[in-house]
Amino acid sequence: MNIIRITLRELIGMFIDDGALALWSIALIGVIAAAVEYAGLSGFAGGILLLAGCMLILAESTYRAARKKSQG
Amino acid sequence: MSNITTIVSTMTAASFVEVVEAFTIILAVGVSRSWKPAFIGTGLALIVLAALVVILGPLLGLIPVELLQFVIGTLLILFGMRWLRKAILRASGIIALHDEAEAFARETDQLKRQHAERRADWIAGTAAFKAVLLEGIEVVFIVIAVGAGRGMLGYAALGAALACLLVLIVGFVVHKPLSRVPENTLKFVVGLLLTAFGVFWVGEGLGADWPGDDLSLIVILGVLAIFSFVAVRMLRGYYSSNAKAVA
Repeated sequence: MNIIRITLRELIGMFIDDGALALWSIALIGVIAAAVEYAGLSGFAGGILLLAGCMLILAESTYRAARKKSQG
Repeated sequence: MSNITTIVSTMTAASFVEVVEAFTIILAVGVSRSWKPAFIGTGLALIVLAALVVILGPLLGLIPVELLQFVIGTLLILFGMRWLRKAILRASGIIALHDEAEAFARETDQLKRQHAERRADWIAGTAAFKAVLLEGIEVVFIVIAVGAGRGMLGYAALGAALACLLVLIVGFVVHKPLSRVPENTLKFVVGLLLTAFGVFWVGEGLGADWPGDDLSLIVILGVLAIFSFVAVRMLRGYYSSNAKAVA
């Protein structure tokens, strides 16, 4: 049972390291998918917004980690 | 052709990192205990991984390609951004670099302390099993994610197999943990590639008509690389000035 628990934990850990990063990424994809599906946003514009959003989320996550580390 | 090359090389680089990590543990088990539990643990894990591929592979064919690209693209973004985040933080000096020699020493030390125990072989075999299974699951995921989005599962698997072969050859020649592998650089490149593939496929899943088709993947990759480079420079400056201020 222990190995199953470790494997499951590791599986989740494959995608989630910083919880906020994962949550924001899923929210971003969800909002863009909804905008393409229901608000008439073009798929290409959705793709560009996705790329920009990913970089913004990464910048926030790495800055937060740096600030946390420098504050000890 | 360039698409095939991209997929095979992405898979080789991504798998190489994971195989090196698994190989370090197998080597630690073999050196500190004996090779029998190391090989049994590795063999059993490979059987479980093969079963996973056999079960998951045919299921992929049942899913519409746009949905597959959207779901796999989402998972690739999560997976790739996790690697990229860690790589940016490592390159900026905020978290320590991964060191295979240190991982090998830690695992060997732990196994030696358990040497007196009656169940030592079992513990050593389990360590090899866990390492191969956990690192292998990541390889299986990347093979499926990178290969299935474009129906190139075979080429993705070929890339992973090449990485295994390369690590085995180099590992058995030097007979040491592969600490000289520029693992952090590889992880940086793979994080960039996986995130770029993720953005591209989620876009395709949403019906995006990318200009230049597959060529836009290179543009996405370039934008992400420039962003990461700038992020490393800025974080390095921020961290060194703030760390000095705290000291």
